[in-house]
Amino acid sequence: MKVMRAREWAFPIAPVRREVRRATPELDEGRPPVLFVPGFGHGAWVFAEHWLEHTADRGFPAYAVSLRGHGDSAKAPKATLRAYAHDVAQVAASLPRRAVIVGHGAGALVTAHALARYPARAAVLLSPVFGGAGTALRNPMLSLPALFGGGLRLPAGQLFSRELPSNASRGYAARLGRASTRAQWQLLRGRTPQPPVGDPPVLVVGSPDDRIVSDTALRRVARGYGGAPLLFPGMGHDLMLDTRWREPIDAILDWLEKSA
Amino acid sequence: MTYSAGYGDPESGGPATAWRDGWPVYDRSGTVCVIGAGPSGLTAMKNLKEHGFGVDCYERDTSVGGAWNWRHDRSPVYASTHLISSKPFSQFPDFPMPDSWPDYPKHTQVLEYLEHYADHFDLKPHIWFGTEVVKVEPAEGERWDVTTRSTGGYGGERIHRYAAVVIANGHNWSPKRPEYEGLEDFKGEVIHAAQFKDAAQLRNKKVLVIGAGNTGCDIAVEAAQQAARCWHSTRRGYWYTPKYTLGRPADQVNDLMLWLKLPLRARQFLAHRTLKSTVGDLTRFGLPQPDHKIYETHTIVNSQLVYYLGHGAVSPVGDVARFHRNSVELKGGEVIEPDLVVLATGYHPSFDFIDGNLLGVDASGRPRLAMHAFPKRQPTLAVAGLLQPDSGLFPLVHWQMVAFARMLRVREAAPAKAVAVQRRLEAELDRRWTTAKVKDSTRHWFEISHTTYLKAIQRLLDELGLEGAK
Ligand SMILES: Cc1cc2nc3c(=O)[nH]c(=O)nc-3n(C[C@H](O)[C@H](O)[C@H](O)COP(=O)(O)OP(=O)(O)OC[C@H]3O[C@@H](n4cnc5c(N)ncnc54)[C@H](O)[C@@H]3O)c2cc1C
Ligand SMILES: NC(=O)c1ccc[n+]([C@@H]2O[C@H](COP(=O)([O-])OP(=O)(O)OC[C@H]3O[C@@H](n4cnc5c(N)ncnc54)[C@H](OP(=O)(O)O)[C@@H]3O)[C@@H](O)[C@H]2O)c1
Repeated sequence: MKVMRAREWAFPIAPVRREVRRATPELDEGRPPVLFVPGFGHGAWVFAEHWLEHTADRGFPAYAVSLRGHGDSAKAPKATLRAYAHDVAQVAASLPRRAVIVGHGAGALVTAHALARYPARAAVLLSPVFGGAGTALRNPMLSLPALFGGGLRLPAGQLFSRELPSNASRGYAARLGRASTRAQWQLLRGRTPQPPVGDPPVLVVGSPDDRIVSDTALRRVARGYGGAPLLFPGMGHDLMLDTRWREPIDAILDWLEKSA
Repeated sequence: MTYSAGYGDPESGGPATAWRDGWPVYDRSGTVCVIGAGPSGLTAMKNLKEHGFGVDCYERDTSVGGAWNWRHDRSPVYASTHLISSKPFSQFPDFPMPDSWPDYPKHTQVLEYLEHYADHFDLKPHIWFGTEVVKVEPAEGERWDVTTRSTGGYGGERIHRYAAVVIANGHNWSPKRPEYEGLEDFKGEVIHAAQFKDAAQLRNKKVLVIGAGNTGCDIAVEAAQQAARCWHSTRRGYWYTPKYTLGRPADQVNDLMLWLKLPLRARQFLAHRTLKSTVGDLTRFGLPQPDHKIYETHTIVNSQLVYYLGHGAVSPVGDVARFHRNSVELKGGEVIEPDLVVLATGYHPSFDFIDGNLLGVDASGRPRLAMHAFPKRQPTLAVAGLLQPDSGLFPLVHWQMVAFARMLRVREAAPAKAVAVQRRLEAELDRRWTTAKVKDSTRHWFEISHTTYLKAIQRLLDELGLEGAK
């Protein structure tokens, strides 16, 4: 646990306008709010497609934030990983009750950093991209441009399973943006996040057929949190947009009902 | 009042399992008692809960927030209060204040923040409002008997037995009143700053403000705007730090220098230079030359006082010699005729519900606690928030309470280790947690430098490292 944070105190993150989408259950039964954190290039809309409403239907107040520079949040071409984690902690702390955080892709790494600054009730890391050399080697065509100041390219074929109709996948791919170059560098450098505060249970979810996150990488992240990943074979990286989007979210909410 | 299921109800408490002086004692087994639901009590509860403890909190007032609820009868906060520490230093380290708030939030926002904290972490079901702790006594097995009653004294007393106690009763409510010759014959009005709530109290009066802590300076500024006349009496010269320097909140600049590992002398030199080149030498307004370097008295953060000195709206005067029937005589012999005197002379710590020996309280009322929190030979007792930091209090008391919760856990899991840590703490009982040599004054009993203190906390947490709780 790191107590001294002189750099963070001396250089607080600049405030920005943030997009937060929400879906709340008709009846508040006191369940914990669930905050979804999209990955690089993705905005809150990826969760608004199916998962937000579904989560609310199952009785959990559901929220999705767009990290700065993504979706309808304010532009932030110089954003750092720390700024993204700040965005997550800000939204989590604004919720009425202690929140569950669900981060996807590189948003799972952002979530892991946020967990060191906000005692979440529980966390779920979906298809986590924790960065480091492994990520770059597996996806050279994706990450090389990033090294030279370009964007991480996210072609539709890499993100979705073949089950998703191609006009849908092309439509989604067209809506993707990009994270700041600095944050992409930081992702590739892969600094290990500080340990979570408040000892939350952490679940890792993914697909062995994810073309961005290897099975080994998935297991490594899960092992770091003392568990094994929950797998959904046949699905692509963007579980929440894939044809079978219902299965992982139901499994996550079942897990939450038991552990949070 | 509701009480959540799971921890049992101290009001019904089950059958009494012990007796004390003929009164039944209700055993709350492993539960920890927290006295006060101000910022310190709230973070104590939150962190104890997070470490798996049951908590019962007693709060003499009817809501949370302590000093920051300016309607509480003992709150020292007045209508115009804004934080003097900027947001990064004023928030709990795991619960950020909203981005939309200003650098220096207002007291009403701080209260809103604390209420939100209490709701977010579901603390209110554990708090017994309108209930005052009147006695805390040791019981066998390093446990504690806590006697409570309704605030104000009506209704009966009840005794509950707890595994541990956190005293979070605050130290800014019991006024420190200087004695002056002739004071009782003075015909004008004399109040302590604790009774100052609103600028309307000063309107069109000739006001003498005594003391230049942050309270005295704030009130002098208000008097400059509202009163017919304002004298500001100080018994020494001070450094008046503005809220902003070099384009950012001053405390952030200070921490930038700390981050760059500039030694104290260099920081003092730079701060003196910055002040000299902005507001200049304050003796030209008639203020005494400071008898110390910056950071050697509790930092005053006030951009407006110097401004009003420059307007002539605040007249600086020296220490008060004595009071007469219709006037006040100053040490220099000058006589002034205020109709309202505000004693902004600070506050005393007060622990009237516990035997002072348990906290090592000496004849002057000063407790002797390791890291200003942990009493000697009482491993299940802690005092939260008894600090006068050069930054905000909330992060410091948060970490104090993380450390205490861990300490209690280590006592169960590895008793020998807990004893060793306790010994080490006791060996440092009289250590001061400042880098600067602070001036000798009762107001500096608990003066600390946040970096020195947090480094000590880091060390303590590392020593208390638990399996699974990194
Ligand atoms: C004008 C002013 C401005 C300040 N500004 C700042 C600032 O900018 N930044 C900062 O960090 N700090 C500031 N402070 C310091 C302030 O005291 C702390 O921020 C904080 O309020 C201390 O919290 P606490 O919980 O320790 O005590 P308190 O806030 O005093 O709370 C103690 C609580 O315990 C309750 N209590 C007391 N005795 C009993 C009993 N026997 N039984 C049951 N309940 C009891 C009280 O009712 C109260 O609710 C300021 C103080 C003042 C006076
Ligand atoms: N806006 C804010 O956020 C804010 C506002 C007010 C207070 N606070 C905080 O609240 C706490 C209490 O502050 P405070 O200003 O009320 O008290 P304080 O810091 O103890 O200041 C008391 C002042 O009165 C003087 N004094 C004490 N006894 C005296 C005596 N017998 N004769 C003459 N002068 C005497 C002291 O002088 P010496 O220096 O000579 O001892 C000092 O100038 C502090 O932590 C402060 O930072 C914050």
